[in-house]
Amino acid sequence: MLRFAVRRTIATAITLVTISAVTFFLFFALPSDPALLACGKVCPPELLALVRRNLGLDQPVMAQFVAWLAGIFAGRDYPGLGYCPAPCLGYSFVNRAPVFETIMDRLPVTLSLTIGAAVIFLTFGVATGILAALRQGRPLDKVASVASLVGASVQIYFVGTLALYFLVYQGKLLPSPSYVPLTENPLGWATGLLLPWVVLAIIFTANYTRMTRSTMVENLSEDYVRTARAKGMPARTVILRFALRGTLIPIVTIFGVDLGTLIGGAIITETTFGLQGIGRLSVRAVTYSDLPTLMATVLVAAGAIVVMNAVVDALYAVIDPRVRLT
Amino acid sequence: MFLHVNDLTVDFATEDGVVHAVDELSFEVERGSTLGVVGESGSGKSVTSLAVLGLHDPRTSTISGSVLFEGKELLGAPRTAMERLRGDRIAMIFQDPLTSLSPYHTVGAQIAEVYRRHRGTSRSAAWERAIQMLDRVGIPQPKARAEDYPHQFSGGMRQRATIAMALVCDPGLLIADEPTTALDVTVQAQILDLLRELQEQSGTAIILITHDLGVVATAAHDVLVMYAGRAVERGTVREVLHEPRHPYTWGLLGSMPTLRRPVTEELRPVRGAPPSLLNVPKGCPFHPRCDFVELPGPRVCTGERPELSPPRGHGDACYLTMKQKREVAP
Amino acid sequence: MTLLELSGLEKHFPVRGGFPVRRQIGRVHAVDGVDLTVHAGQTLGLVGESGCGKSTTGRLAARLLEPTAGRVLYDGRDISHASRRALRPIRPEIQMIFQDPYSSLNPRHTVGAIIRGPMDINGLNPKGGREARVRELLEIVGLNPEHVNRFPHEFSGGQRQRIGIARALALEPRLIVADEPVSALDVSIQAQVVNLLGRLQRELGIAFLFIAHDLAVVRHFSQRVAVMYLGRIVEIGDRTSLYESPRHPYTHALLSAVPEVAVDGGGRERIRLTGDVPSPIDPPSGCRFRTRCWRAQEKCALTTPPLTRLQGDRDGHLTACHYPLP
Repeated sequence: MLRFAVRRTIATAITLVTISAVTFFLFFALPSDPALLACGKVCPPELLALVRRNLGLDQPVMAQFVAWLAGIFAGRDYPGLGYCPAPCLGYSFVNRAPVFETIMDRLPVTLSLTIGAAVIFLTFGVATGILAALRQGRPLDKVASVASLVGASVQIYFVGTLALYFLVYQGKLLPSPSYVPLTENPLGWATGLLLPWVVLAIIFTANYTRMTRSTMVENLSEDYVRTARAKGMPARTVILRFALRGTLIPIVTIFGVDLGTLIGGAIITETTFGLQGIGRLSVRAVTYSDLPTLMATVLVAAGAIVVMNAVVDALYAVIDPRVRLT
Repeated sequence: MFLHVNDLTVDFATEDGVVHAVDELSFEVERGSTLGVVGESGSGKSVTSLAVLGLHDPRTSTISGSVLFEGKELLGAPRTAMERLRGDRIAMIFQDPLTSLSPYHTVGAQIAEVYRRHRGTSRSAAWERAIQMLDRVGIPQPKARAEDYPHQFSGGMRQRATIAMALVCDPGLLIADEPTTALDVTVQAQILDLLRELQEQSGTAIILITHDLGVVATAAHDVLVMYAGRAVERGTVREVLHEPRHPYTWGLLGSMPTLRRPVTEELRPVRGAPPSLLNVPKGCPFHPRCDFVELPGPRVCTGERPELSPPRGHGDACYLTMKQKREVAP
Repeated sequence: MTLLELSGLEKHFPVRGGFPVRRQIGRVHAVDGVDLTVHAGQTLGLVGESGCGKSTTGRLAARLLEPTAGRVLYDGRDISHASRRALRPIRPEIQMIFQDPYSSLNPRHTVGAIIRGPMDINGLNPKGGREARVRELLEIVGLNPEHVNRFPHEFSGGQRQRIGIARALALEPRLIVADEPVSALDVSIQAQVVNLLGRLQRELGIAFLFIAHDLAVVRHFSQRVAVMYLGRIVEIGDRTSLYESPRHPYTHALLSAVPEVAVDGGGRERIRLTGDVPSPIDPPSGCRFRTRCWRAQEKCALTTPPLTRLQGDRDGHLTACHYPLP
């Protein structure tokens, strides 16, 4: 286990540094000049040179990247803009704030959205998948498979817009989506995010239903499930303790990927419901050529996926004792 | 009688039609004895054992007849009653010990849960019982090995563990479906010895399902030879293997290479292949492969289906007279 | 006449693992010093329990694997490390038959195409054409030549094995390596296939390396028999000599473990081996069987017994044991 943790942490660090390097150098290949952006609308050449020096843009690209990396651990002073304490992911001249602060401001929104929706779609997806597997070919199975097909083929901006129109503006059944920190007002937090959760869940549940159903059907015909029945285990135990166990591996796999992707940016969801999360931040960063912010959002997205992958691999070993972590 | 199966018929509805897996099968098992059920794939031997335990899916199968166990009718018994019976009074072990043990639970836990389920003891008492059972089936250091997972056991040890799991509640009847087929020959010998010893200690009756007449000869008292879902011959091991009466039994014995028969002699296989259970031949199901189909007279073997006769003792389902059999027997 | 000679043959497979850098940490000694010969037109039976290396030996003999050490001499030529090109003229002469007839036949090809395949690839033009030869081969193996356009799934297990045999015969091989060719078949079908192989040998003079775990089947089909244990040959000899007076304790134990139909035991002493076969990653020193042998003494751990002819044995009956049975 320790070996696994050490090996994975090293691998994660290498991945993240590589990704940030690639983003960094790609950005410099772009035709826009960050100094010009930071300088403002009226920008005499002397001022531009000063901004350039203050931002370190007069240095070679490699040196700039090293300075950026060093800032993460040591913090960094941007003359004329302010001090950016460690962990400093850069200073956004668009937001006029250290990037890390903005990220920490936005991350709770994305996490609340993602985790809330994930709880719903995981619970419902797995439950309906199990039921469909147990009632193969019966009406419930058929309904579930049609529903999952529909769910899998609709898009969030379609369902989301429809839901907003009918449930919020017309029906006034739900409040307009908003984000209130959980710590301030738990009820407000939940009601504000309810609609985005449900809409996200509708789309993701389908996948989990199908996956759970098909692996469950396979697992129900495993020899050890037959053995469990042959030794008189009640039907519920047979399903939950034996058949479901083998179903967990594929579920955990796609769940890890989905969660990682969503944390990295549920761009369309956030845009549809007007939530200020990481996804919208990244879109804005691209629009304004805000390199420090863009790099930070890319890192959050990559970090989420890498970390979720490591968690999934560790979970494999928890679920299946035959898996050895190396 | 301890287990009395009467006119058991099992049909499966499939896309291609109805599979007649078992057709009016009757047999008995006595307390403390071993019945060997022999047949090739598709003969219905495994289907029969699963029907006795009530493990067929009622949505796809139709089962009729009667299974009397310790005086109680098992066919049509409520689901919960069958669940309580399985693993307690009737236990089963399967062919492949690796796949029939759950890879996700320790060997000890899999044994202990059966005991807890049927005896309602505490966790620790069930765990103690599991260790005791592992010791009984000859697993060294049972205390430590109980914490291991099946993949950490060797093939022979795994089958010992499934036997421990099956016998943990001292069942009256153990159904062993090809228990040694997946094992090496030296391990097979160990497992057959173990089953015999355990039977001597506990008096459990065993139904030993196998395709190997050698296994039957070493491990069973009585034999039932099955073909296309029907019993074709029944008797004690000595009767069936030494004075076989049914042409199919002759064929099985003639097909078996042994360590004794002269190697100059070719094997005498049964010609053709077993019938499809979707479309079992009329009359004697064996008649298309039988060399003596003309002897009982025209259209006898293809007409009515022969019954096992005599109804008790050494019987076979064939229209040849005893005299004819003596003349044509190999 | 010797057709195939294996001498000092070894095949080791690497085991990977380790920390922090994965490297080879051990070797599976699958085949570890095997000497045997197959005579033209004769069968050498190779018996042993699972994991003893008999299948690997078969694959080495057919040069589907390259040996780690030792030599494979086919018809006097050293083909141990022969290149693909150098092997090309020899390939048709050495054919293989496998245990699972179904998985070794392409389900999307007709039987005719399957049997024709080797002739097409090797540019073989038999008299009367390939089509006629396919029909002839089907007839030789006891299948209806009219079924040439059917697909493998339309045949039973025994018939599929016959198709596999017909395919092997298409190139008129001199040697067939048969790896458990009848163990997946029902008893009555198994006998049909064994008889067929026997007839082919008598009529076509094909030599067989017949690999099986069933001692009775091997006895029936092999003029000479070799017994393998944990990567080595422990005893080899002609059929009568080996089955009637085995000298190695392992051979003796194997034979006594075979359940016999004869109810009246017959004089053979009953031997029950205890324990399991040790791991081929770390095999015991000296004689590999010593950990399970009831006759083992100190010497067995110190020196490896050579495969030699013991006093009183016939020519060609070799045993690797320090304390052989009388």
